[in-house]
Amino acid sequence: MKHSSQTHSLLIHGGRVIDPAAQVDALMDVLVRDGQVAEVALPNKIRSGADEKIDARGLIVAPGFIDLHVHLREPGQGYKETIASGTAAAAAGGFTSVCCMPNTTPVLDSPEWVTWLRQPQRGAIVNVFPIAAATQAGKGAVLTDFRALQRTGAVAVSDDGKPILSETTMREAMRASAEINFPVVQHAEDTRVTQGCSMNESETSFRLGLRGMTDTAEAAIVDRDVQLAQQFNGARLHVAHVSTAEALKSVRRGKKNRARVTCEVTPHHFTLTDADIRDYDTNFKMNPPLRSAADREALLVALADGTIDAIASDHAPHAPHEKIIEFERAMFGITGLETALGLAITVLHLRQKIPLSRIVELFTAGPARVVDIRGRGTLLRGSHADLTIFDPKKRWTFDASKSRSKSHNTPFDGWSLTGKVVATVVAGRVVYRAG
Amino acid sequence: MPAVSKQVTTRSATRGSVLGIEGMSAAEIAKLLQLARKMNPQKPRLLLRGKRVLLLFYEASTRTRASFEIAAKSLGATTTLVLSSGSSIEKGESLLDTAYTLRAVGADVMVIRHPNAGAPHLMASHLDIPVINAGDGMHEHPTQALLDAYTILRHKKKLTGLQVTIIGDIYHSRVARSAIHLLSKFGAKIVLCGPQELLPELATSLAPGLHISRSCEDAVRGADAVMVLRVQRERLAGLKVNLQDYISRYQMTLARLKLAKNDALLMHPGPIIRGLELTWEVADCPQSVIVEEVRNGVPVRMAVLARALGKAK
Repeated sequence: MKHSSQTHSLLIHGGRVIDPAAQVDALMDVLVRDGQVAEVALPNKIRSGADEKIDARGLIVAPGFIDLHVHLREPGQGYKETIASGTAAAAAGGFTSVCCMPNTTPVLDSPEWVTWLRQPQRGAIVNVFPIAAATQAGKGAVLTDFRALQRTGAVAVSDDGKPILSETTMREAMRASAEINFPVVQHAEDTRVTQGCSMNESETSFRLGLRGMTDTAEAAIVDRDVQLAQQFNGARLHVAHVSTAEALKSVRRGKKNRARVTCEVTPHHFTLTDADIRDYDTNFKMNPPLRSAADREALLVALADGTIDAIASDHAPHAPHEKIIEFERAMFGITGLETALGLAITVLHLRQKIPLSRIVELFTAGPARVVDIRGRGTLLRGSHADLTIFDPKKRWTFDASKSRSKSHNTPFDGWSLTGKVVATVVAGRVVYRAG
Repeated sequence: MPAVSKQVTTRSATRGSVLGIEGMSAAEIAKLLQLARKMNPQKPRLLLRGKRVLLLFYEASTRTRASFEIAAKSLGATTTLVLSSGSSIEKGESLLDTAYTLRAVGADVMVIRHPNAGAPHLMASHLDIPVINAGDGMHEHPTQALLDAYTILRHKKKLTGLQVTIIGDIYHSRVARSAIHLLSKFGAKIVLCGPQELLPELATSLAPGLHISRSCEDAVRGADAVMVLRVQRERLAGLKVNLQDYISRYQMTLARLKLAKNDALLMHPGPIIRGLELTWEVADCPQSVIVEEVRNGVPVRMAVLARALGKAK
């Protein structure tokens, strides 16, 4: 994302500003100028004129949302998604920054590819922060050059899609993380015991005749990683898409012991359970899989009590030929950028009574802390002018065929949701406005 | 869920499809069994004259394949067999493209066996002709359950109240899942027996009236029917089963079978591995209806095919 050098100002007035990082939740006006937050003040106190105005009465004005877990599929898998289409979907979902995963073709394991990904000709309309591979070619054996990747602009490393299984390699990763203060994002799955599995091990998997992944396949890796993180002072472990009650216990223990452990949860894991898998619909197949009702309950508690640091979509677009096939052969993953906010408000706020300020935190200050994105995730004066303006009461129906993503593999097609993005502002410019 | 409403977008299968016993009512099943009693391959009824039955087999089969073929021909239909080996499936053609191709050449009904659970459901939701599940992965084998019920009912008055013991590799067995659903719908008492790795505790959640016993003797005692299943070595996927141990604890022997009622039926869906899940003598003992089960598969599948094409007379 290139910032415009020309002077441009935008006034967002009359809205309820929720900026958890600054502990602000009040009716305020926001003036942004030259890509930065210039002023946040009580209503009608900003005197300077603006080139553009947004009437935000009845709306929430929040720092721009940050998604820690998105698959933009470039390089190499442009038939599923491109940086242009994926960031367009992000903007429509209210995300002003996305962290993209490195399991591309080739695997994003070098500074050259990190640089390539950030070039303006990729057509990103929101900020893209690459997460580079933690091991060479994502093979889990030899670590990449964390320092060089960090210097070129990667915000973390991960072998997402699969775990760093080897304890030796993970220990080395934690050591390297501690040395340069760089997060390692782990997809926690003991793949030695999940071969051939396509859903959660449960009554439903038994009934459907599908092999199931146990919750311990996730929890065992999280538990091991948390212990490794505690061995190196300053090592940063981020547990991607945590999905089980057991894994949450390890995260809690790590946090209690003051290890630098963070975690994210996806909207589909806090909304659905494995009992929702109907008729072998592959739009309900993702990894980690939908879990039990008890696991979902544990996630809801952890979202409310602060154990979970961020909501991340794990937006994983796939083409029809990879999804409209036999359940066991279909690829794991669903799209999620455009439904994340609606699901969060519908499920977490309306049903679970989690306050809007906490939900905004999970989309802003929380993820910004996880990957240390400075000057974002807040509206403090001088921050980047990234804002998400949404209507928490608006009811709407998600139509996957109208998605900005190139792929439409979502279980939420036709769902009626409450809470809709009205405008998305990146670097002071409106990149999405609800039609 | 008040705040979230879900639109049903899944297209339903064509009328006459048989995808699984789970979704069928006891009344529907009873009606099919009644129709099967009117069918006799020795006296062909040309209800399906001019109809084309497509047999699409992605997995090995002896009984089911031959049985469907003879059933179709006994009704006057023509059959075409497509195997995954030797067809364009080997070249990478997808399941749905294969389905569209076979529909285009004129299939009126599709019989499919596939190693993946749910493959017939995927096909049925995209085709405008009935789809018959001839076994999908570890999920269901509905016509096997129907022929087993048919067989039991030739020897017993009704299924309700019968004690049926199912012994063996239940986890990997589509036969077990279909049989459990069917017997449960008719109020049979079902005892499942096998080692933990082949019979997880989760199995009892499949249907009402299920019990697990880890002792073969306890499970067989007082049974009206004993269904023995094969250890599916091709589906073990790295799971280690000590066959010697299995044989000593779970093999059906004459001594164990004696614990069942005197008139208990000894059943097995086949293929049987003599010397493993059952002894040579048990396979051929007077109580064994293993061969009769195979024979009964023909009229039952005649009924299923006739119903699929709206000729349930």
